[in-house]
Amino acid sequence: MELNDILQQLNEIFKDILDLDTLVLTPETTARDVEEWDSLSHIQIIVAAEKHFKIRLTAQEIQALENVGDMCKLVQKKSAQ
Amino acid sequence: MAQPKYKIALLGDSATQFIVKSLNLSLKDLTMDIDIFEADYNQIERQILDTTSELYQYAPDVLIVLQSSQKLLQKFYKQPLELRHLFADQEMAQMDRMLLALTSIPKLKIIWSNYTEINDGVFGNYGNKTNKSFIYQLRKINFEIMHRASTNQALFINDLSLLQNRFGMAQYFDERFYINANMTIGVEMTQHVARNIRDIIFAITGKFKKCLILDLDNTLWGGVIGDDGIENIQLGELGIGKVFVEIQAWAKALKDRGIILAVCSKNNEEIAKEPFDKHPDMVLQWSDIAVFVANWESKVDNIRHIQSILNIGFDSMVFVDDNPFERNQVRENIPEITVPELPEDPAEYLSFLQNCNLFETAALSENDQKRTEQYQTEAKRKELQKTFTNEDDFLQSLNMVSEVKSFDAFTIPRVAQLTQRSNQFNLRTVRYSEEDIRKIGESDRYLTFSFTLEDIYGDNGLISAIIIEKRAEVWFIDTWIMSCRVLKRGMENFVLQIIMEAAKTSGAKQLVGEYLPTAKNQLVQDHYSSLGFSPQDAFWILNTDDFVVRKNFIERK
Repeated sequence: MELNDILQQLNEIFKDILDLDTLVLTPETTARDVEEWDSLSHIQIIVAAEKHFKIRLTAQEIQALENVGDMCKLVQKKSAQ
Repeated sequence: MAQPKYKIALLGDSATQFIVKSLNLSLKDLTMDIDIFEADYNQIERQILDTTSELYQYAPDVLIVLQSSQKLLQKFYKQPLELRHLFADQEMAQMDRMLLALTSIPKLKIIWSNYTEINDGVFGNYGNKTNKSFIYQLRKINFEIMHRASTNQALFINDLSLLQNRFGMAQYFDERFYINANMTIGVEMTQHVARNIRDIIFAITGKFKKCLILDLDNTLWGGVIGDDGIENIQLGELGIGKVFVEIQAWAKALKDRGIILAVCSKNNEEIAKEPFDKHPDMVLQWSDIAVFVANWESKVDNIRHIQSILNIGFDSMVFVDDNPFERNQVRENIPEITVPELPEDPAEYLSFLQNCNLFETAALSENDQKRTEQYQTEAKRKELQKTFTNEDDFLQSLNMVSEVKSFDAFTIPRVAQLTQRSNQFNLRTVRYSEEDIRKIGESDRYLTFSFTLEDIYGDNGLISAIIIEKRAEVWFIDTWIMSCRVLKRGMENFVLQIIMEAAKTSGAKQLVGEYLPTAKNQLVQDHYSSLGFSPQDAFWILNTDDFVVRKNFIERK
């Protein structure tokens, strides 16, 4: 899967969970840039993304995520396995 | 008048934010607005044992305590080996200390959680054979918690163990979020845990199911009695007949617990009744069914008819029917009624219904078992009423007698239950526990009356309760409740007459009543004006000197 595709799909998941219709994510977006993206919604996003992409992240992978770009790469790597 | 918010405090030994979020959602259809106080996590003992803590300042209506087996296991391992067999005893001693401290919050209800069963793999199956194992001590704690709840009316159990059992540990517990976020309940599980807590809160606040309405064909037996005939319907140990036997046994157990059973079927009445009379594998008997309706009218009309006999809210009814068309029609026309969306395969009906947790309750009473009989006689009364053109003649023919008493040891449980369950004929909807009622009964400040009603058809039991607060020469009616089973019998007139007789004897000059509207008690909005009270500010006044006896046909026993 192309990184850009993953980004688009993640964007939809974020919009849905954070309830932000106009949210536009870039690979550089971090939790600091989006007020609604707190530790609670982060967990919901992970669970929703896992379901959507049919992958399962490890505790350490979840912890190491710094920005949306990391997340896209991780999804790409995991879904290729 | 704005109703005070229902205050919920939540204490957990792990992250509880998701539970709070889900609770807010699932408590939306509670009739009261809620407010939730969430302490920082891992503060259970501090908040409860320190009676100056935020918890006590907040003074909640209900306290939810969520404890996890993961934390319990850590605690267990910290115990010296030679003390581990006493672990449950120590935990229970601590719980007892906490329960004792909590008694200083008036009227508090406590929802305590039990522990999910986890295997630490140290003893294997042998853990069942040694009191030094974690699972042995955990199960002992769970049992002891039940034991506490069975003797403490303010204590309710959130059965997390059963929930994990149902969904499986893989779904209940997510190690990753336990490591990263200290969550001991998986993200997707929180809604189910919240739902379980919601069920308990609904029951505590008087919102629960009282009646189960059952279809017949393909619901209580397999096949269509009108087409297949009594020999060919599926009911019994063979094949799919087994599930229907079990559904009937389940319904019967509900009836024994006080749930009213009714039948609503599109059928020829004679044919529909045949299995009840003749089929050897029928578990449900005639005497189990309070109202039986089988005809070709729409189920919506028939359910309305059943409701008119039972006189309970649609929202306290459950309708079970295998036919999606009937289910939808009922749902669309009577939105308050609960209609479970049965799975397609009848083999799954029973487990599905059992897992819906439709019949949560907050109290049991001796009276529950007699209820079916009382409704059956009510159906007979309705038949008789049709033969009288004059209401008075009908009432007179009933030969009604009422026993009037102050609250005593025998009546306290039923009175408390009336204050808990009555929504419609309830002027101020103040809910009291048995303990509250006992105290009121003993206090000199209050005067109490309970009323029974008996007639030619049978005994309705205790059907009305009054609490008067004596304010010198003015008597304030704190509580006026009546069971809707005895509406339109002149009972209100009789009750007022009894109160007035007592008032005159003790020299009280005035009765003051109050009507506090809720979503459910419009029935009594004109109660005081129709009894001759006059409005004064937000209250209703009747001077003892102005009282004239109002017509009724009830004799005091």
